[in-house]
Amino acid sequence: MTQTLSRISRLHLPLALYLLFTLIPFYWMLVFALRPTGNTSLVPWPITFEHFDTVWNGIGFGLFFQNSLIIGIGTLVTVTVFALMGGYALARFRFKGQRVFLLALLCTQFIPGAMMLIPLFVIFKNAGLLNSLTGLVIADTAFQLPLALILMSGFVRNVPVELEEAAMVDGCTRLRAFFAVTLPQLRPALVAVGSFAFIGAWNNFLFALMFASRQDKFTLPVGLSYALGEFNTDFGALAAGGVVAAVPVVLVFAVVQRFLVQGLTAGAVKG
Amino acid sequence: MKSRWAPYALIAPTLLLMVVFLVYPIASVGWFSLRQHTVTQPWKNGFIGFENFRRMLTEDPLFWQSLVFSAKWVAVEVGLQLLLGLVLALIVNETFVGRAVARALVFSPWAVSGVLTTGIWILLYNPSTGIFQQLAQWGIGDPGTSVLGNPDTVFEATVVTELWRGVPFFAILLLADLQTIPNDLYEAASVDGAGRWRRFLSVTLPHLKDAIVLSTLLRAVWEFNNVDLIYTLTGGGPANQTTTLPLYVARKAVDSHDFGYGSALTTAGFVILLFFSILYLRLSKFGSRA
Repeated sequence: MTQTLSRISRLHLPLALYLLFTLIPFYWMLVFALRPTGNTSLVPWPITFEHFDTVWNGIGFGLFFQNSLIIGIGTLVTVTVFALMGGYALARFRFKGQRVFLLALLCTQFIPGAMMLIPLFVIFKNAGLLNSLTGLVIADTAFQLPLALILMSGFVRNVPVELEEAAMVDGCTRLRAFFAVTLPQLRPALVAVGSFAFIGAWNNFLFALMFASRQDKFTLPVGLSYALGEFNTDFGALAAGGVVAAVPVVLVFAVVQRFLVQGLTAGAVKG
Repeated sequence: MKSRWAPYALIAPTLLLMVVFLVYPIASVGWFSLRQHTVTQPWKNGFIGFENFRRMLTEDPLFWQSLVFSAKWVAVEVGLQLLLGLVLALIVNETFVGRAVARALVFSPWAVSGVLTTGIWILLYNPSTGIFQQLAQWGIGDPGTSVLGNPDTVFEATVVTELWRGVPFFAILLLADLQTIPNDLYEAASVDGAGRWRRFLSVTLPHLKDAIVLSTLLRAVWEFNNVDLIYTLTGGGPANQTTTLPLYVARKAVDSHDFGYGSALTTAGFVILLFFSILYLRLSKFGSRA
């Protein structure tokens, strides 16, 4: 009996409190998004989709959603492919400059994106990459790739090299051995690294704000930031816009978070 | 022969992106910081030596104010995130019914952007239909409380908002490290008569040390550089009270197009972060696990 009580006070009670702290804000947003303007009930019933119609068609969140999706998927592909290539190189080869390269990758984690805005703006302007979704994919890729590559090299190292060597002894080229033996084992790693690249690009605000000033190139965070200023009174529209921005990433994250914990546990972070 | 070049070919795209978008910009920040460079007044542009730095150190109270606020912001955020994240990791590391769902739920704010976090908490904090109004209806607190508009509460309100999004980072990282502690260490400690608290202090904490040092350092750098949330939640106000150094830089760059002075501020931020990181790793004896 005292054992159960102590377990409740030690485990269930704090967990319940923390869940409240996490979930009330999400619930608050849902309620505002689904109930009619002027209604203050805490249970949104009957529900209305008028706010979604306002933001999606009226304000242009449909287009912002599309832009964010293109940037998210583009970044996912480039980050995953480059991280796989570089991660494989770090894990499977010994080459001159390897330590310097690894150190440089780690050092990039201390470079603040916000403080690089000035020179990046100049580069983007000279390269004609302002107001271009491709430009945003490139910027997001450049800033996410180093950490993704370090993670990926840890994942590759966890696949026994003997499997690959056996395939090469059997006459496969290194490339074929990689695709036939190693790549299938890396599926969870690809899911984890790809998803986090997608989430990072989907959520990026500063680059999109600085490098895409034309409204038809807005992303969801930029659209939301304007919504924050403009509809100080229309909380329903703000909440509906928030739901549109939240649903894809929260769903993706719910599915992949256990891969992340597993991957980090496997020692990826310790290199 | 072929495999001698293979690794270089494989890292080439990464290297190229790093040089163009990370190394070159850093060098150019250094160069800009020694120049007068305002986009709107190009005729005045030119090399001025350390004039920007002199101005920053001796004539700019907002530089010092933003630096002090940055330090306070980082210390409070990282300290509280670590504490709550550690407790949360310990809780969801236990075995209980619904653990997988509980983990997915408590980690979920990690996936939410800074701007969206602001949006959600503005709905929650707003004085007319927010949570304080609701609580007041139930007889708790005063109606019409505006925590973001009040200079006395704006800091706390901002801290809580960032905690909501930041705690899961520590919880995920520390949970991953908790799972690597061999069970026999705990059994051995139990045999020696160690209680729950004692086992935490003598087994868990030493094992987590490197993960804690690394995650707090990374997080300190990220929180120092955090712009999205503060920019959209308070805009640095009221009266510059919540202006961090990067926010000040962003404003110099975006609003006044003063690239020279903004770059000098950036350089100062770099140097401070660099010294802080080296000092922190030295003092915490990173990598020398007991």
